[in-house]
Amino acid sequence: MSETMAGLKKIDECRWMVPQKGGMKVPGIIYSSEHLMREMGADESPKQVANVAHLPGIVKYSLAMPDMHWGYGFPIGGVAAFDLRDGIISPGGVGYDINCGCRLVTTRLAYEDVRERVRELIGALFRDIPSGVGSKGVLKLSPKEERKVLIEGAKWAVDNGYGTPEDLETTEDRGAIAGADPGMVSARAIERGREQLGTLGSGNHFLEIEVVEKVFDATAASAFGLEEGQIAVLIHSGSRGLGYQVCDDYLARMVKHLGEIEVPLPDRQLACAYLDSPRGKEYLAAMACAANYAWANRQMLMHWTRETFEHVLKKGPRELGMSLLYDVCHNIAKIETFVVDGKETPLCVHRKGATRAFPPGHPALPARYRNVGQPVLIPGDMGTGSYVLAGTEKAFAETFGSTCHGAGRLMSRTQATKASRGRSIVREMADRGITIMASGKGTLHEEMPEAYKNLDEVVGVVHNAGISKKVAKLRALGCIKG
Amino acid sequence: MNRYRVFNHTADLGVEVYGATVKELFVNAAFAVFDMLTDLDRVRAIEESNITVEGEGWEDLLVNYLREVLYLFNGDGFLLKECSIMEIDPQHLKGKFSGERFDPLKHTMNKEIKAVTYHQIMVRETPARWEGRVIFDV
Repeated sequence: MSETMAGLKKIDECRWMVPQKGGMKVPGIIYSSEHLMREMGADESPKQVANVAHLPGIVKYSLAMPDMHWGYGFPIGGVAAFDLRDGIISPGGVGYDINCGCRLVTTRLAYEDVRERVRELIGALFRDIPSGVGSKGVLKLSPKEERKVLIEGAKWAVDNGYGTPEDLETTEDRGAIAGADPGMVSARAIERGREQLGTLGSGNHFLEIEVVEKVFDATAASAFGLEEGQIAVLIHSGSRGLGYQVCDDYLARMVKHLGEIEVPLPDRQLACAYLDSPRGKEYLAAMACAANYAWANRQMLMHWTRETFEHVLKKGPRELGMSLLYDVCHNIAKIETFVVDGKETPLCVHRKGATRAFPPGHPALPARYRNVGQPVLIPGDMGTGSYVLAGTEKAFAETFGSTCHGAGRLMSRTQATKASRGRSIVREMADRGITIMASGKGTLHEEMPEAYKNLDEVVGVVHNAGISKKVAKLRALGCIKG
Repeated sequence: MNRYRVFNHTADLGVEVYGATVKELFVNAAFAVFDMLTDLDRVRAIEESNITVEGEGWEDLLVNYLREVLYLFNGDGFLLKECSIMEIDPQHLKGKFSGERFDPLKHTMNKEIKAVTYHQIMVRETPARWEGRVIFDV
């Protein structure tokens, strides 16, 4: 190992070690390339990887994926697993947007079928799907219905006519985490959730029409139902105000009781509770509610997308064949079983800006994907397109079955706004053949492509490191933004 | 003197707030939130509400206070135009807000602010003034 970059040690071409020192209970490992590490410059995320390593009950190492950047508390792109008996759960290690995630819908349409219709489709999607700051959905849930959403997740949406039961088979955890208890969700969170179900949101959330540009792994692509030239739709959204409020409520409660944690925390945003304590269990039950809400939300967004395609293209559901390839969450904490010291051990895995990437044969996978591994969806920045990867044994052994979640920010929002001053991002995208419609103008500048790391490079690292493998790359044709 | 300044923080929104007194610092922090959210020239002060917040020191108080300030919009769709603080010490704050309900036909929305974080939270008194630092999740 060679010593480079502010105390980090290079393990190999894809991995960097944050050596264990001070109060760190385990070392840190960052999956990244030399170039991506250099590009991050003074970004403080390696320090945040070290901070997470201080937390009680952390197992093996504190991890970060190549799309890592400076967050609050945990770095974005962080993965950490905790022992159920003496470990903790941290709302900041999940993030405000609980179960922010994405789903990819494949179609029977070829690029030629929609080339001249993308603008029309995007216009109709923009009209039909509520987006933007504080956007309200078309439903106003009764408290009783909202409780059902929080417990049943995507199944609630399907039972209420938004999609089909087959959609649940290709949703991570079938669109609901067990143990959700609406009694653990505050009145404020319930109130914020009431009118926002079925809304895209704002910021980095989007809905994109894409075309499969390149297939890397023919066997996996065929199992996933992907082929070159095919049209697909990517939806990126989360649990809206309800999730933000759940995180906020529990952070505040845990900050009040920091004294109960055996070690002094290097950052208050790392506030946490022991998994085996009432407060820890209450957060898990509330977090599950928010996660389930997000799955119901994405299920509804997909349903309207299907309807819009049917209206605009005047084709029936059978002809369009819009089927859910998969839905993944990338801000979550889950109880999953891994081998630790040769023993099967249930752990609480935090993925904050990281995606589950389970290997072939894992019982959590739907039967049709069991031979190729879990589909992993990696959205790029606005208008770039995305990748479909597959989970691997190596991820299961090295990263608690986790991989990256996107391109990862490079510029801060203020830097991006400054750098794009006087430019028309909509026109620039149009010149590249991409139709964009957005609710907020500011968002477009903050979310411009140069503000993000290069997606090919990020995906290249996880592919080369073997913690997931490339299956296909998709190119954006049109996008609606909040 | 500027009331606040936005600084770079990769994915989030960092804000430094200033005031001649601690009271003014808290008033300016609420102003910063709504100045970033909307065009305040279009907001009138026609509805009032009271606020009481508790904290364990200035920094905790500032976070708890801004969480309430942000909830005005995120929870109740209320835009804050003016704010006054009647009582303040490191453990508690009593204030009054005035503003009006968000009307999409009349008001603009610049960005979404999801939450107030504790990350790098700071409140201090310098010889010249009071300074605070907050990072928002956006």
